[in-house]
Order: sequence, then structure tokens, then C-alpha cells
Amino acid sequence: MTEHQARDYHPPHIVPVGTYVLVFLALMVGTAVTTWVAYIDLGAWNTVAALTIAVCKMFLVVLFFMHVKYSKGLTRIVIIGAFFWLAIMITLTCSDELTRHWEIVPQGWSAGALHIARLLFKGTV
Amino acid sequence: MSELAVHSAHPPGFAHQFETVEQQREAGHLGMWIFLATEILFFGGMFTAYVVYRSLHLPSFILGSHELLVRFGATNTAVLICSSLTMALAIRTAQTGGSKGTIIFWLLATMVLGAAFLGIKLRYEWYRDWVEGLIPGVSWLGGGTHTPGVKMFMCFYFFMTGLHALHMVVGLGILTVLVIMTARNRFSPEYYAPLEISGLYWHFVDIVWIFLFPLLYLIGGRYPGS
Repeated sequence: MTEHQARDYHPPHIVPVGTYVLVFLALMVGTAVTTWVAYIDLGAWNTVAALTIAVCKMFLVVLFFMHVKYSKGLTRIVIIGAFFWLAIMITLTCSDELTRHWEIVPQGWSAGALHIARLLFKGTV
Repeated sequence: MSELAVHSAHPPGFAHQFETVEQQREAGHLGMWIFLATEILFFGGMFTAYVVYRSLHLPSFILGSHELLVRFGATNTAVLICSSLTMALAIRTAQTGGSKGTIIFWLLATMVLGAAFLGIKLRYEWYRDWVEGLIPGVSWLGGGTHTPGVKMFMCFYFFMTGLHALHMVVGLGILTVLVIMTARNRFSPEYYAPLEISGLYWHFVDIVWIFLFPLLYLIGGRYPGS
């Protein structure tokens, strides 16, 4: 190792075993909770609960097991970029697919204005 | 490796195109994360399709979801989380200069858990699906008004879990190579990049399952009347 290498060398962060075990326990609890919640009637909130717990578990794995908490900016940008592109894919696909069954917009500006007014004041116009 | 003979002062595994060991390590992380970005979008394509078809056939997707056995899905989630812990501990052992026996122990533990996941999936889920006629185009005994939507759900189920299982099989192959490399004294606290990079892959596959489990087994709710 040359002199400047020795000076610049930062040993990698070593995560304590206790942290790994805590993260592991949190992931196990998360799995138990997500399974338990599915058996309770929360209506549409069942989906929200399941996805929220999954995202929390993902953060735990990424930050601690995958050492992103101790990583440099460039790696983080790549990760954020990956999820940003994923969000673009899901959002734009849904904005097309899930709006195809909406009411047909009437032709002409006056008809359009009437349509919007009807949407805004449902039942009164 | 030939540079090592010339520049014997270099730490093991240090490639001469890098300025520092740290730079080499970061370049490795960056490269792996760029690969994982393509994997996120690869699985993301299926997740997107799942979201669209689920919204188009919601009642059928809930019916299909109820055909899956939560106890095996939950067990397999726990098995994979355990395997992520053992993988992290294998890397930590290499970082802290633990014996190669200990590294191999944690790697083999990870492999056993990974194999257990695949075993549970094959024996108690896919085999049962085949017997019960839940595999569209191969073994289908279903009927009723929701058949097309349920078939669509089961197709998503088999393609998503199948591709995930394929990643697990690749992971087991990588772990086998790591065990051999460890046995040949290839790793030290200065150089353990293959362990760490493979760990990123293994944890990524774990994350995919963390999303597949609720999406396929739970998301419609499992309460009476759901």
C-alpha cells in the first residue's frame, strides 16, 4: 500500500451482531403482524397495512443487511434512481390502464364544461 | 492475481486499476446495485402487471388468493429472513477475521435455509396445487363464473413465485462457489468482496419475497367474508 492509500483507507463499517439480531427480530415480528392483520376486517385498509409493513421490512433489509445505511452517496443515488424508475413504470401504466373505463368525455368545449360542472356538482346540475 | 507477485505490498485481492481498497469496494457495491436496479425493474414489470390485472379482476384475484395456504407462505417468509441473517453473519465473520470454518458454517446454514424454502414451496405448495388442479393449462379442475380471473391470478402466482424460486436456485449456486472460495482461503478482512456482493443479491431475493407474500397470499384479507 502506498502512503496516500494508507492515509485514505477507511475500514468498512462493521455492523454489531446485536444490530443484526434486532433487525432480524423486527422482520420476524413484521411477518407475524402482517399475517395477523390479514385476518382482521379493515376493508380497503388491509391492502394499505400489508404494503406498509412490507415497505418497512424492505427498509430494514436494505439499510442494515445490505449496509446502505453505511454506504456512500453514489450507491444511494443508484438505489433511489432504481425505485424512481419503478415508480414511473407503475404510475404511467396505471394512469393509462386504470383510466380507460372512465366516462367518455363529451365533444366540444361547452359539452366539456357541462361535463366538468356535473362532476363537480353531482346531482345539483 | 499476477499483480500480486509484482507488487507484493498490495493487500490480497486488490486490483491495480483502483487508487485505494476503499475505492475498489465502493466500485463493487455500485456495480452490484446497478445490476440490482435492473432486477428491481425486471420484477417491477410483473408487479405492475399484477396491479393492473388485480384492479381489473378484483373479486377473482381475492378468490384465487384464498386458494393459497397462508401457513406455508408465512413459514417460508420466516425461513428466508433467517437465511438473510445467516448470510449477514457470514459476511461479518469474514470482515472481522473469523475462521474459515465459521464463515463456511454460516454459508452452509444460508444454503440449508434456502433449500428449505424451495423444498416447502415444491412439496407443500406447488405439488399440492398440481393435485388440487390449480395450475392453469397443466392441471386445472376449477370452474364457476370467476374462472378466467382466477386463472389469471394463478398465472401471476406461478410466474412470480417461479421466477423468485429461479433466483433462489441461482443464489444457491453462488453460495456453493462462495463455500469453495472460502475453503481455498480466498477471503480475508481486507478482501471479501464476492461474499458481500453475493450477500446483496441474496438479500434482494429476500426483499422480493417480502413483497410477494402479502401481494399473493394476504392482500385481499383472510377474514370471514373477505
